[in-house]
Amino acid sequence: MNPPENANDKFAIEIDGLECRYGDRVVLEGVSFAVKRGEIFFIIGGNGCGKSTLLRHLIGLRMPARGTVRYSGRDFTHAEPRERQALLRTFGVLYQGGALWSSMTLHENVALPLELYTDLPEKDRAEVVALKLAQVGLAGYGDYFPGELSGGMQRRAGLARALALDPDIVFFDEPSAGLDPVTSLKLDELVQQIHATLGTTIVIVSHELASIFGIAHRVVMLDRDARGVIAEGDPCALRDGSDNPRVREFLNRRSGAVPAEGSK
Amino acid sequence: MSENKPQARAEAVREGDTLVVHVGGEWKITNPRPAWTSLVEGETVKRIRLIADQLDGWDSSLALFIREARAWSEAQGAAFVLEGLPAGAERLAQLLAQKPAKPPAQPHGLPDLFAVVGQATFKLWVEVKDIAWLVGECAFSGGRFFRGRAQFRWSDCVVEMQQCGAMVLPIVGLISFLVGIIMAYQGAVQLRQFGADVYVADLVGLSVVREMGPMMAAIVLAGRTGAAFAATLATMKANEEIDALETLGVSPIDFLVMPRMTALFLMMPLLAIYSNFLGILGGMLISWTILDIPTSLYWTETKSIIDLSDLSTGLIKAATFGVIIGLSGCLRGLKSDRSAAGVGQAATSAVVSGILLIIVSDAIYAVIFNSLGW
Repeated sequence: MNPPENANDKFAIEIDGLECRYGDRVVLEGVSFAVKRGEIFFIIGGNGCGKSTLLRHLIGLRMPARGTVRYSGRDFTHAEPRERQALLRTFGVLYQGGALWSSMTLHENVALPLELYTDLPEKDRAEVVALKLAQVGLAGYGDYFPGELSGGMQRRAGLARALALDPDIVFFDEPSAGLDPVTSLKLDELVQQIHATLGTTIVIVSHELASIFGIAHRVVMLDRDARGVIAEGDPCALRDGSDNPRVREFLNRRSGAVPAEGSK
Repeated sequence: MSENKPQARAEAVREGDTLVVHVGGEWKITNPRPAWTSLVEGETVKRIRLIADQLDGWDSSLALFIREARAWSEAQGAAFVLEGLPAGAERLAQLLAQKPAKPPAQPHGLPDLFAVVGQATFKLWVEVKDIAWLVGECAFSGGRFFRGRAQFRWSDCVVEMQQCGAMVLPIVGLISFLVGIIMAYQGAVQLRQFGADVYVADLVGLSVVREMGPMMAAIVLAGRTGAAFAATLATMKANEEIDALETLGVSPIDFLVMPRMTALFLMMPLLAIYSNFLGILGGMLISWTILDIPTSLYWTETKSIIDLSDLSTGLIKAATFGVIIGLSGCLRGLKSDRSAAGVGQAATSAVVSGILLIIVSDAIYAVIFNSLGW
């Protein structure tokens, strides 16, 4: 299923003038950026800057107060229910703790999207599920319940479920939160592997510097005081040459004493 | 404890208008330390020099001492000079010296009556809106269900039916049986005075079929199933499992609420019939053993007094109670806070509001059935 070729086609996601608020409290305003197709894109920023809020608005769990989100050029924010359903199926989400449905086995978790949205017979479905589980390194764990797995395995199982419908885009909410450095490195490798095999556009909300420098193609950085985007671009370039001291502080893992210009 | 290091000490020497205090030794918050007031008792000076030249170690106790000294000198109007203090200790002392910003004053005495009434009313209004929201969503979901478009899984529904049907048979049976026994006993004591023993069957039969059967089943289910629904949904919400459903384009109402509501709606009337039967059985046992009424007579009397309208009022109520239990359980679960405490609160309030609504609706039905002459 290829979307029609047009000028917007090179962007998987376009965010235009997004304003996010909780009641009267404005968390983000005037947020605009675009994610290119086939990119590993990070949304970064300190605690409380609105990263997770932005994600919740992107995936439609909250309605923005203003602005639009477009997937492959199609308006998601103001979409009719039917169109919205179709767009929802173009992306998968990996939640922070995996958010696996705890009353179902891993197999059932991964199978549910297939059961709801495909006409695959039971046997083919089981094969697809086995493939997805193998893809994330959990072959043979289909009969386990989420509660019986370690945190890292739950995260990977969540990824298998997010990949179930072979989405164009996969969102990750703080994938390495609560994981040890080695496990989180392995998850990063898995992300790269999936990106390389399927060409999936990947959007990751994170503040893990190791992951950011390890796998990100591009980042946007949000800031609590600015209530919006303060930097966009290649993370290494931003670390060394951003004109915004906050961006350099964050990416260099320093506080306060920002070295003067020309220190490199 | 064998401490070789010298204890904290402070010595004051007067030099004209100036009081020079030498601080030394090991300052530890767990050990005793010199008191400033005993050091400067009765002194009046213009200037205080605190010299920390023989310090072996220090912690917050030194900062406390300095704070005390500074406060005293301020009260005296004397100048206060610190010398030779380690930078860390000085910073700590400065932190202590800063007056914390006053938190906003707590309201004293009785809270404003208007505010309390207003907040309670607003909360009630929010709850009414929540109930209306869930009823509306369920109606839409029901519409989708009948058009075959709902993401409704019968397998989930059957599991719930087992949970709120077959699994509660023992407890509902026991309670109904005992309620039958209690009513027969109480009735027998009164009726025997008039030699109307056999009317115990009428008393037990009518009250069990019209009221107690459905009610007992509903209260057991509100405590068992309603709380379980609320806790399950609240935990799912806290774990983002419900978010995961929504981003998959699955309505949590279709997928989670409707199977539960349907299960309760279908199972409650069956449970009520079962409860009726065991209640009557309990009454029969007492009449047979205590009152010497033959079981055949008891059964005939019961059959003669209960007609279809009695049974149907009970069953209509039972189905309504089922919907109420499902609504309050699911609503509290879906609207809970995303935390462990939120789960507990959801379960508690599901049971409380469930039982309250059951009683209220029972009263409403009493009026309706009375005016219908049922």
